[in-house]
Amino acid sequence: MSNSRALILAHFWLGFIGFGAALLLGAWQMFARSPMHAWLGDPELYYRSVTAHGTTMAYVLPTLVAMGFGYFIVGSALQQPLAGRHWAWAGFALVLIGTITAVVPVALGRASVLYTFYPPMIGNAFYYIGVVLVVVGSWIWVALMAVNLRLWKRQNPGAPVPLAMFAITAGALLWGWTSVGAALELLFQILPAALGLTSTINAGLARVFFSWTLHAIVYFWLIPAYTAYYTIIPRAIGGRLFSDQMGRLSFVMFLVVSMPIGIHHVFEDPQVGAGFKFLHSVFTALVTLPTFLTVFTISASVAIAARLRGGTGMFRWLGALPWRNPLMLAVAFSFIMLGFGGAGGLINMSYQLNTTIHNTQWVTGHFHLIFGGAIVIMYFAIAYDVWPHLTGRALDSFGLMRAQLWTWFIGMIVTTFPWHYVGILGMPRRMAFYDYTDPQIAPEAPFVDLSVVGALILVVSGILFLTVLVRGQFAPRVAPAAYRFSVALHAPRSLPAALNGLGLWLALMIGLTVVNYGFPIVHLIAARGGAVPAVIIGAIR
Amino acid sequence: MSGGSPARRDRWTPASATVLAALVIVAAAAGFVWLPLIQPGAAVTGVWNAICTAAGLIYAAPANQPVIQPSYPVTQVELAPGLLGGASAESIGRGATLALRCTMCHGARGLSPADTPNLAGEYPIAIYKELRDFQSGARPSAVMQPLVAGLSDQDMRDLAAYYAYLPRLPPYHPVSAGAPPEIVLSGAPMRNIAPCGACHGELAHKAAAPWLEGEPESYLAGQLRAFATGTRHNDIEEQMQNVARQMTPAEIQAAAAYYANRE
Repeated sequence: MSNSRALILAHFWLGFIGFGAALLLGAWQMFARSPMHAWLGDPELYYRSVTAHGTTMAYVLPTLVAMGFGYFIVGSALQQPLAGRHWAWAGFALVLIGTITAVVPVALGRASVLYTFYPPMIGNAFYYIGVVLVVVGSWIWVALMAVNLRLWKRQNPGAPVPLAMFAITAGALLWGWTSVGAALELLFQILPAALGLTSTINAGLARVFFSWTLHAIVYFWLIPAYTAYYTIIPRAIGGRLFSDQMGRLSFVMFLVVSMPIGIHHVFEDPQVGAGFKFLHSVFTALVTLPTFLTVFTISASVAIAARLRGGTGMFRWLGALPWRNPLMLAVAFSFIMLGFGGAGGLINMSYQLNTTIHNTQWVTGHFHLIFGGAIVIMYFAIAYDVWPHLTGRALDSFGLMRAQLWTWFIGMIVTTFPWHYVGILGMPRRMAFYDYTDPQIAPEAPFVDLSVVGALILVVSGILFLTVLVRGQFAPRVAPAAYRFSVALHAPRSLPAALNGLGLWLALMIGLTVVNYGFPIVHLIAARGGAVPAVIIGAIR
Repeated sequence: MSGGSPARRDRWTPASATVLAALVIVAAAAGFVWLPLIQPGAAVTGVWNAICTAAGLIYAAPANQPVIQPSYPVTQVELAPGLLGGASAESIGRGATLALRCTMCHGARGLSPADTPNLAGEYPIAIYKELRDFQSGARPSAVMQPLVAGLSDQDMRDLAAYYAYLPRLPPYHPVSAGAPPEIVLSGAPMRNIAPCGACHGELAHKAAAPWLEGEPESYLAGQLRAFATGTRHNDIEEQMQNVARQMTPAEIQAAAAYYANRE
């Protein structure tokens, strides 16, 4: 890791600075469309902010955390210097340049199309070019993870690949393939329209391409968090990982069944047949399996830690857990949010139940609870755990860390639970203005106010998080011991090739993509009459 | 690559591929055949038809079905981004000559106190579309229809270019518009009314929507009432009719007064 500390820190810092800025925008959005604030008068301001918030939180933050954490794992789990470090810096530079390229037109109000693009709306070409640069930068990371794993395998023939590397590489390959959908949409549909080469766009096809990316991107966000569950948490709380193989099984299942299921995002779209919607619904349901395996394995690992600390009984062992340890708090909060968010997700993926909440605030509440809650709280945990190893300085503001995690958890619950509820009442999403004086929606007003309170708590938590990290940069120098990942109860000595490599699962993932997406895409390309006029955003005033 | 024997390695590949294929087959059988067939009132006529329908194939409308047409002519103008962009000086000049016949009502330079629309500086697409609609009868007008009857398509493009070229001048109305009424600023989301500025400038501009500032109050209110009663119906996909039908008479008057007094 010695050759890549600055590289990893650069990734984390850029991601977290972006996170801080986007968090403020998010809180402002909650406030601006709440009953506490008079109508903005210009919805474009709201959508401009939503675009910047979404682009930063969905593309920039998780990509940089996954990249930085991946490089960290190469150094500390494979214990080899990162091969291709110059390429890694080039990838980082692309992400940085891409972020700036995308944010400038957004800030100028020339690309208020939201991070999911929503064709036929077409924004300034530089916005899309910026997003493409971020993705291309991350593809360099995907390649580097595969190359470094291959180098290690060559030097350690037959040895089990460390679980952390196995997991993060599965995430990298998942991202490599799932980002292809949005890349096709951007390169062949949106950019030609944004550059003025075409004046129409097949919006239905574009939405299907984006759905290819849109669901598995969630699992790309999630895999660093799951990697931390398996490979950091048991060690950090003084336990053992219950099963290394269960982890591998979970990650390969994510690789196969999390990818070709995105059509559940377009359940209400008429251009996709009901049969394919059902097929995607079934495979979305299967994604619960690796999550259940993970919840079981990590709960068992936590129980081992409790019993090693003298915990006994059916439930009394919970009291023996190291609750003052920030990582213990993080995983507990993450699991609670994962439980509620996952239960909501089951409703989203059900073809029939989805109709009740489709395009309502329920959906926004759902992905904030899962991503902003369960996953991002683990990003905090990862940062707290690896920071001293990156900076060579102590990170010991434990009280602040606990306060930060508590406020993030409480803030996220207070924000998202009312958000879900107003969604059930029928409050639509992606609207800049709600007339709360209308008796039909007046009952929603107090719950929207409550969400704003949650958002303010989250801002406090975000400030605490950055404070902890900044203090870590200026703390006294220390020499941390070599970084360790969790040790499994039964450390694998030999593994079947299928659980020690990803080739088989990669092939199944691509095969299932062809089955689940092949016909709808070919059909929409071949069908005539799908093109609609492009709507240029921010063109003439 | 691993400690496993080749025989052990083989078991994973066929087993995982088989499980996945079985899942696909069972799910597809349910989604493409079973569910479409048991759906009450489903229009499918057999297994193959069920599969094609579930796959999302688009069928042509059944033959011999009567197609319901509106009883009045609708606009035939196709709007595309860049339509009428970059008018030449010749086009503007020809437009200026042609516009001599418009001066009686619309003023010598596109501005007039005659309670007719002020055209100076108007978006060219808006002018071109209305001229085409007057000519086709999509927008009936006893005054305008005879005047545009003899114009060629190029004539109308030239007229649009000329009026778009003229500078917008401050309106004749000395009164300040004051704060915008609620219906202009926010629309009414629960009645599906967007803020006026979402199409007519200020917030955003949508093709063929004119700017409204300084237009005569009686003209604006009259057009809104015409949209509301359906006597004017050349709006694209009835956008303005849907808005105007939902507006109260007081809101129509307030919106017209606001825009008429706004520079």
